[in-house]
Amino acid sequence: MAFFKVENLTKQFGGLTAVDDISFEVNQGEVYTIIGPNGAGKTTIFNLVSLIYPPTRGRIFFKDRDLTGLAPDRVAALGIGRTFQNIELFEHATVLQNLLIGRHAHATTSFLAEMMFLPSVRKRELEHREAVERVVDFLDLQHARDSMVAGLPYGVRKVVELARALCTGPELLLLDEPSSGLNVEETDDMAFWIQDIRNELGITVLMVEHDMSLVSRVSDRVLAVNYGSKLAEGTPAEVQSHPEVVAAYLGE
Amino acid sequence: MRFIFKTRYEQDLQIFKHGVSAAWYAALLVFLLVAPFVVPDYYRTQIVFICIYGIAGFGLMLLSGFTGQISMGHAAFLAIGAYAEAILQARGMPFVVSAPAAILLAAAAGVAIGLPALRLSGIYLAIATLAFGFIVEEGMARWESMTGGSAGMLVPGVNLAGFMLEGDHAFYYLCLACVILVALATFNLLRSPTGRAFIAIRDSEVSAQSMGVSLSRYKTLSFGISAGITGLAGALYAHQIKFLSPEQFTLFVSIEFLMMIVIGGMGSMHGAVFGAIFVIGLPELISVAKDYMPQAVAEQPGLKTTIFGVIMILFVLFEPLGIYGRWIKIRTYFSMFPLYKKDMFRRQKAYQKSERVH
Repeated sequence: MAFFKVENLTKQFGGLTAVDDISFEVNQGEVYTIIGPNGAGKTTIFNLVSLIYPPTRGRIFFKDRDLTGLAPDRVAALGIGRTFQNIELFEHATVLQNLLIGRHAHATTSFLAEMMFLPSVRKRELEHREAVERVVDFLDLQHARDSMVAGLPYGVRKVVELARALCTGPELLLLDEPSSGLNVEETDDMAFWIQDIRNELGITVLMVEHDMSLVSRVSDRVLAVNYGSKLAEGTPAEVQSHPEVVAAYLGE
Repeated sequence: MRFIFKTRYEQDLQIFKHGVSAAWYAALLVFLLVAPFVVPDYYRTQIVFICIYGIAGFGLMLLSGFTGQISMGHAAFLAIGAYAEAILQARGMPFVVSAPAAILLAAAAGVAIGLPALRLSGIYLAIATLAFGFIVEEGMARWESMTGGSAGMLVPGVNLAGFMLEGDHAFYYLCLACVILVALATFNLLRSPTGRAFIAIRDSEVSAQSMGVSLSRYKTLSFGISAGITGLAGALYAHQIKFLSPEQFTLFVSIEFLMMIVIGGMGSMHGAVFGAIFVIGLPELISVAKDYMPQAVAEQPGLKTTIFGVIMILFVLFEPLGIYGRWIKIRTYFSMFPLYKKDMFRRQKAYQKSERVH
């Protein structure tokens, strides 16, 4: 059984085919990266697999369960967490609140019980808090815990977003350009974290990335796309030396 | 400066962050408890109005300030609560039954308007709720057998639980108890998953969804809770005014509610209270100030609305976080003295959001 599988995924926006008949499989415990030039359809693939867009054709399977047609708010509970290319944090809330929202898929209390803040709610809140604190420790975010997101520098926000995705307790983590906007040093940190997430937490990672040094450091397998179709698939070295990939990036 | 040394996660769940703050709230409570005996009757009535507006303010704050859904028709929920209370009390039901019924009825109306509103946002939602406000106002005027139509209806005295609340002091304490209960319930909601889901929807719908927040469920819930709370305000309002007619629930009241939360401070519970004090207190200040104005100005019609409008514009321009935002700055100035810097609260430019999916 494939851990995560995409079959003949196609997305058309009017006459534009952004993603054209793409299929791939991600094995449990690997870091699988999608690369491609600007406008190749990477982010569209991402929004398709996190169910934010409905596909025109094709199917998405996670642990043999067909996700096609599910509401986007259902994926977190199934064990898929994601980040966004340009950071979609809850700006006017603290980092801690952001991370606690990441626990939403595990919320079990009813709003009436919450209004009275019954002991069961308090107990559950403390459990959420402990889960969040484990992620805070993992990503060294203690210093930012009580800050408002709106006042944080870009690099920290990027880490907070990663932390929020980890708080959902995912088995599969979708990272949309984790290094975009980061400097060299921050990109290094990000690479270590992605490796730790895979090795220590045992979470499978599917990411879209531009920075080829990061891609070759952390990825087990790479999928290259251009104009919405598959160009090549294989290890980072194989894909980087693939003639069609070289042509797509550098021209003929 | 005060540093709070946290050693347990429970500390972040506390209502009062430290003893001094708890002491201030206790002082406020003591003042409110003895107020009927020490302040003139007129001011006691004003405090009752602040309580009623404060409850409505919590309701609208939950919807607009925390869930980010604008409503230009909240007077409708006030009306539904008020008429439900008046009609049920007239049929002999005690407050402990009629008030929950008024809350549920208003909440049901809130859910009903919330469902179609799921597809709307921003200005379109404003127009839809505005229309809803007109429909309810018109409905109350036409449904003469129940509401007495434009001629209005009298509201009986408060039958609390089989016995009548005698005297104005008793009603004052009823309003005080209601505002405290609503404040607690709202605060509890905001420190729980539901309140955080509201905040998530306000700040980014797409990532709220990816965290497992169902937009339809939580937007409808927010409309329902907000309308229910406003319905309770309506029930108390009915008893305070003692006479209901549709023209008490016009668009102007809805706008007054919005003004209350904007001037008080969007996205904070204190803001709702400050806003209620402002909206109730400003007409008093204006009538006092009139004595010192040239007669030609003081007797102009629409003086009150003009002053309200100007203040609203000034707040939006210079203090978008309202009275509460200003209060935080003053408090920080004193707690950090002499280290406060002018640009400390300067707003940072927001980073570019990712391409909008919806």
